[in-house]
Amino acid sequence: MMGMIDTLAAILVTVVTAATPLVFAATGELVNEKAGVLNLGVEGMMLVGAVSGFAAAIATGNPVIAIFVAMLAGALMAFLFGVLTLSLMANQVATGLALTMFGVGLSALIGQDYVGTPIKGLAKLSIPVLTDLPLIGPVIFGQDFLVYLSLVLVAAVAWFLKSTRAGLILRATGESHDAAHALGYSVIGIRYLAVMFGGAMSGLAGAYLSLAYTPMWAENMSAGRGWIALALVVFATWKPGRVLVGAYLFGGVTILQLHAQGAGFAVPSQALSMLPYLATIVVLVAISRDSTRIRLNAPACIGKVFHPET
Amino acid sequence: MIQGVFKTLGATVGAAALGFAVTLGAASAEPTKVGFVYVGPIGDHGWTYRHDKGRLAIEEAFGDKVETSFVESVPEGADAERVIRKLASSGHDLIFTTSFGYMNPTVKVAKQFPNVKFEHATGYKRTKNVGTYAARFYEGRTIAGILAGRMTKSNVIGYIGSFPIPEVVRGINAFTLALRKVNPEAEVKVVWVNSWYDPGKEGDAAKALIDQGADVILQHTDSPAPLQVAQERGVFAVGQASDMTHFGPKAHLTSIVDIWDGYYIAKTKAVMEGTWSSEDTWGGLNAGMLSMATYNEAIPAEVVAEAEAARVAIEDGSLHPFQGPIMDQDGKEVVAADAVVEDGVLLSMDWYVQGVQGKLPK
Repeated sequence: MMGMIDTLAAILVTVVTAATPLVFAATGELVNEKAGVLNLGVEGMMLVGAVSGFAAAIATGNPVIAIFVAMLAGALMAFLFGVLTLSLMANQVATGLALTMFGVGLSALIGQDYVGTPIKGLAKLSIPVLTDLPLIGPVIFGQDFLVYLSLVLVAAVAWFLKSTRAGLILRATGESHDAAHALGYSVIGIRYLAVMFGGAMSGLAGAYLSLAYTPMWAENMSAGRGWIALALVVFATWKPGRVLVGAYLFGGVTILQLHAQGAGFAVPSQALSMLPYLATIVVLVAISRDSTRIRLNAPACIGKVFHPET
Repeated sequence: MIQGVFKTLGATVGAAALGFAVTLGAASAEPTKVGFVYVGPIGDHGWTYRHDKGRLAIEEAFGDKVETSFVESVPEGADAERVIRKLASSGHDLIFTTSFGYMNPTVKVAKQFPNVKFEHATGYKRTKNVGTYAARFYEGRTIAGILAGRMTKSNVIGYIGSFPIPEVVRGINAFTLALRKVNPEAEVKVVWVNSWYDPGKEGDAAKALIDQGADVILQHTDSPAPLQVAQERGVFAVGQASDMTHFGPKAHLTSIVDIWDGYYIAKTKAVMEGTWSSEDTWGGLNAGMLSMATYNEAIPAEVVAEAEAARVAIEDGSLHPFQGPIMDQDGKEVVAADAVVEDGVLLSMDWYVQGVQGKLPK
């Protein structure tokens, strides 16, 4: 019995670490989509964040500085995206894809000297007695600090969007940029901030990969997690709480199937790998059939270029 | 002629993005152009990293007489065909396609470019201008099996597989046979991650296997993440493709290291001299196509001696990794006591030997 509880705890701990980078990246993307900007460059921003954070960790030995550097790097990438799409009015989809390619190449270039350099991973929380409790000890009191930060982030973003005036303005920008503009709000300014927040969160997600999840730098180490984060935002129908549920669901499925295989069960692991995308398509079909839901959740101006003069 | 080195980026439009890098060395009069298609990034510190070492060895050996280029992180499938055709149409004389999944695209493009020579790694389809090559990595798995069998305390070994293709199944079987020869109690748990390279998922698979009692982790994937997890959890692991010691010095039993340098130089020379022909090369320890990295100091001297004796015996041909008697999972004898498994059977291996748990996905 004790053995089973330990195994269950181990599974849950791994699920949490697998889900955390998705929570960060998807929550950031949710905010900039709520402001009406679709940034498909999440994967690229994650990679640049991962390598910058890793480099800073090696240079300073301080994980907090490393995480700030990663966020800054992600935000800078997003700023570049902002200049192209918001100021120069380039197509958001094409620019986002280009940003991913740019990020893959740039991170590989920066990371050349760091390939094969191992570092110590982020320390896990350890509270006497509490962390030693069976099951809930390691799962609730034994994670690294970024895991707790990700939960605070989701709650803060949910509260910000729902209950603050600034959140309302941000959502208004995403729903109808012309109306927000007519009311005197700076649509472009608000979108810059939202996009850079999204970039910072992607950078943080990347730092989680290179500092905590697999503490190393390797080219392309995000291995498609940026795309899963993008899919998650749609799956969650633009609600922060559901992003959290979705990330843990996808993380849980991945980890559980690995355990099931180890235990000798035949699992269609290829099919499970496509699950996030499949679920996203199902959600897209479902919300497309019910137009009121789209109006309630999907930002109406998402991906649309804003021309202040019109 | 293009001078200098540049790096460009490209990608597929769709869910998967790929890094796309081309470097061109300094050119002299009519150099032989050699192209490489890689499945992972050159910085993976595993499979692709070792192939790129081979490319650099060509440059070193021939200097101005060659010009090499590569495209990295090319997904197996439709993109591969496009990339291979691009290399073939841009004046390359010899193209190495270095992953199993490039087989059909390589053969298809080769038909359209009869004057270009192609070398496909780990495949089995040959034509007039497509040769194949692979290394008998399973010989290294035999040595890893001896080490694992002697070092395990839980008698549970975790094995992280990429895709259930004969190449990987053969490694699992060779490993399990050697493992159970020295330790009949030991069993192997296999987890497939459906990727050659995904550090996060490989690490998670290692965690899952350790949580289920494994105290030695083998991998047939390319990132050092499993080794790192092993180090963190205080168990042993065997590295893949290149020496991974520094990712987990305590955990690292040894690595099975690929060495393509000699083969790539020989094939480039053959193209330069006009003696190239389509062949099937399958070299092992004695051909120098793989070697074992330094053994962990924690391994007792007599175990190292046992592993080294096996290595020497494989090299001189007195030990075959697939020497009978061999039982399948149901305990049925599939290879008689005095027989060895033929190469043809090894190349299409789609069954587990006794001692591997679970069913092989088909």
